[in-house]
Amino acid sequence: MRLAILDSGHRFGIKVLFAFIRAVSREPVPDAVKLVMYRPDFYGAPMKELVHEAMRGPSAWSVGDRELMAAFVSKVNECEFCIKAHSAVAERAYGDGAKVSAVLSDLETAGIDEPLRATLRMLRKLTREHAVNTEDMRAVLAAGVSRDQIEDALAVCFAFNTTDRLADTFEFFVPGPKAFEAGAKFLLARGYR
Amino acid sequence: MFRKSGPRADPVAKLDITRARNALVARILEGHGTAPQAWRRAAFENAGLTEPLSTLVDKVAKHAHRITDQDVAAARASGPSEDQVFEIVVCAAVGQATRQYESALAALKAATEKE
Repeated sequence: MRLAILDSGHRFGIKVLFAFIRAVSREPVPDAVKLVMYRPDFYGAPMKELVHEAMRGPSAWSVGDRELMAAFVSKVNECEFCIKAHSAVAERAYGDGAKVSAVLSDLETAGIDEPLRATLRMLRKLTREHAVNTEDMRAVLAAGVSRDQIEDALAVCFAFNTTDRLADTFEFFVPGPKAFEAGAKFLLARGYR
Repeated sequence: MFRKSGPRADPVAKLDITRARNALVARILEGHGTAPQAWRRAAFENAGLTEPLSTLVDKVAKHAHRITDQDVAAARASGPSEDQVFEIVVCAAVGQATRQYESALAALKAATEKE
């Protein structure tokens, strides 16, 4: 973590909570958690509400689809922590690790439905080029994706284009697979609030 | 409303981040902070900051994965506290994600209006 306050500047009650988490999980407290618990009224609390709604709110996209979108957007942003964290959640939600790996390695040949593929293509362009145009949106609609589904996917994209930037700027520590497995289990059971 | 296993996909369901997004943006730009509001607004817009903060903010917006220890150290050495750098980076990240999101919503509106 590049700012010492994000590592160890939390108020006393939060430090006690972190000690408890370390003792129970036998893993370091994830940097994503440290970030949202630092002065939570400024960023963490409002962001958790937003991310929870985007990832677990009512949608025609499944939780697995949205976690896959999060991992995929993070791949475009080259954000290692978020790729690993959300691949793990998507794999668990789908019960299919091969599907997630296939999408992350080659979107065009992965065995997924065309509406999801067209949506991910649009999110890739938006994330990489910072803008999309009317033609891009027509292509997604033509693949059978509803307007509401596009809006829901854009909410996920917003959340991860924010989170990825913070993870990379503050240089989140990337733990081993066990920590991401534990994180995925927690996020599927409890969500982001 | 949600079961422990989480909601299933529902073809007519629609989530809504409008309220949460407005609250987040209002909080970071207009609420109390250690960085002056003008800095936070400039970081959000990626415009109007001076070096070395402008370089850090531009990298957060355009290629955050290339940020180095030196970028953050240079920003700190120019005067801002860690809390101020924290706030500025948050504003820069949310600002860039906002521009992307608004571009996409405008394109979606145009695409559906002409159908």
